[in-house]
Amino acid sequence: MKEHPDGPAIETIGLVKKFGDTKAVNGVDLTVRPGTVYGVLGPNGAGKTTVVKMLATLLRPDGGEARVFGRDVVRDPDAVRGRVSLTGQYASVDEDLTGTENLVLLARLLGHRRADARRRAAAMLDAFGLGEAADRQAKNYSGGMRRRLDIAASLLNTPDLLFLDEPTTGLDPRSRNQVWDVVRTVVAAGTTVLLTTQYLEEADRLADRIAVIDRGRVIAEGTPGELKSSVGAGAIHLRLHDTEQRAEARGLLEKTLPGAEVELDSDPVALTARLTGDGSAGAAAGHAARALAELAAAGVTVSDFSLGQPSLDEVFLALTDAEPGTVAGAGAAGPGATGDGAPAAGDETDRSTTTVKEPAA
Amino acid sequence: MSAPTDTRETTAPDPAGAATDTTAAGTNGAEGTPATDRLRELLITEHRPPRPSPFSASLAFGWRAMLKIKHVPEQLIDVTAFPIMMTLMFTYLFGGALAGSTSEYIQFLLPGIMAMSVVMTTMYTGVAVNNDIEKGVFDRFRTLAIWRPAPMVGYLLGDAFRYTAASVVILVVGLILGFRPAGGPVGVVAGIALLVGFSFAFSWIWTMFGLMLRSEKSVMGVSMMVLFPLTFLSNILVEPETMPGWLQAFVNVNPVTHLVEAVRGLMHGEAAMGDISWVFIASAVLIAVFGTLTMRLYNRK
Repeated sequence: MKEHPDGPAIETIGLVKKFGDTKAVNGVDLTVRPGTVYGVLGPNGAGKTTVVKMLATLLRPDGGEARVFGRDVVRDPDAVRGRVSLTGQYASVDEDLTGTENLVLLARLLGHRRADARRRAAAMLDAFGLGEAADRQAKNYSGGMRRRLDIAASLLNTPDLLFLDEPTTGLDPRSRNQVWDVVRTVVAAGTTVLLTTQYLEEADRLADRIAVIDRGRVIAEGTPGELKSSVGAGAIHLRLHDTEQRAEARGLLEKTLPGAEVELDSDPVALTARLTGDGSAGAAAGHAARALAELAAAGVTVSDFSLGQPSLDEVFLALTDAEPGTVAGAGAAGPGATGDGAPAAGDETDRSTTTVKEPAA
Repeated sequence: MSAPTDTRETTAPDPAGAATDTTAAGTNGAEGTPATDRLRELLITEHRPPRPSPFSASLAFGWRAMLKIKHVPEQLIDVTAFPIMMTLMFTYLFGGALAGSTSEYIQFLLPGIMAMSVVMTTMYTGVAVNNDIEKGVFDRFRTLAIWRPAPMVGYLLGDAFRYTAASVVILVVGLILGFRPAGGPVGVVAGIALLVGFSFAFSWIWTMFGLMLRSEKSVMGVSMMVLFPLTFLSNILVEPETMPGWLQAFVNVNPVTHLVEAVRGLMHGEAAMGDISWVFIASAVLIAVFGTLTMRLYNRK
């Protein structure tokens, strides 16, 4: 691992950005350790992109301080620019140019000589599975291809700090997994990643620490486990083969899972047990295994089963006094509601769910 | 970072593996898929190349502008069809009335109509800048550690090509219609060079408006408001002596008048140093003022 003698990768103190009268970012404090993935989680309009843009020197803060590897983003923007890359929410590739041309242009602008730029562009396109599309204009790329091209552009000179602003919003499951693989690979090579997302699941899988941001403020910060345990340990969702057995199943679950709150869903064969206590995934899985064993022993036929984490919506509800309806754009709205493509897991319900049916979880 | 116990062929370059990358990636999670292995080899954490010089950064953006012309050749219509139309229209519309014959008139008109067409073409710079800003690609350019004006200079280098193309088209049409420049090839080339140089400087007005205004339509609107009086109220179509005094006053300070006088002079082999210096000074002032304003807007955006 590389040494970073200059302290935290990112440090902001009381960061403020106003657009007219509204404070899009209203006093954000962040500290990101080098070599880690830091998740910034929040609904649309929470101020995530604005924070990223200020850190990437695209927007000038109206108050507070922000330093990237010890360099002030306002006083020393060029030093910051030399060490960061940004992949924005909306693919920042030139649509008129081909994949190759996009990358050669950027490689040239990053200081590579012509032949070297060509070689590097070709190798990057291959590594991102865009080899066959290299000579097509980016406007003919699918959403996932565009995003990959965009990320490839950000990695041409591997940055010390990579900003990924909602990198998987609107991507299909396979593209999303590819993006996740890329994040893991670059972090393993020593790059720090700041990732914004609307999905708790994504932050959970990738981030070492998460800041939950709402209306321009950080309302919670911690490891994924800390955040989730602050709102309970998740839930077990069951669907039974036979409606008749639901009452029996409920009784068994309440007996096996002390403290759990068991609800009957509107679907006559479904019920949900909300777990309490230790939020670690292992504990929840242990509870689930015992519950399933009990049900099987009692002859209750379970046709479908899933273990759900607390949803982003639940995290928000727990962290704010907001009414459910006012947290629009959070977990409940999800990608489906905004018309984007949907990540695979858990979008049939409003929960970030890890179902047992998913093959390679 | 080395993994001596690793049995996978992480270091073996495998060009054939590229084809299977896409199918393997994403299904195996983080376990070194071919794609992530290849990526790992590509990451540069040490020895980044030095930053490009202002010149090579600008040149790279100029290359981008040329690529855009290659991919969207329709945009060359405004530097080909439009100038041809203008030349034909004004030659035959005014030729008989103003100079007795079209072949007489074109000796006077052609350098001017060339300047008019090219100066009018400069407004597309603003449209292109405005279009780009709307898209995310500008954000990426602005996070690069490069000479800040490079993207703008790149636009203008691409535009300089378009100006040259328009000039050559008009010259060819003119020669066909009977334009016989006394300055010979040297004078003609010098005239075109001066025109392209001035237009490069003049375009900074449009980079500024491209950054300032919200939509492409408003950029077009403002461009027309500026360009029509600037090109028509000049010595392009008629000699200023025929105009009322107050109009002459404007025409005589209009930079386009001096530009046309200088280009005409060069092409007809009777170059007036006064007008040429005037064009150089005007160009320097345009770059200093509007270049500065452009960069201020660009950094604030």
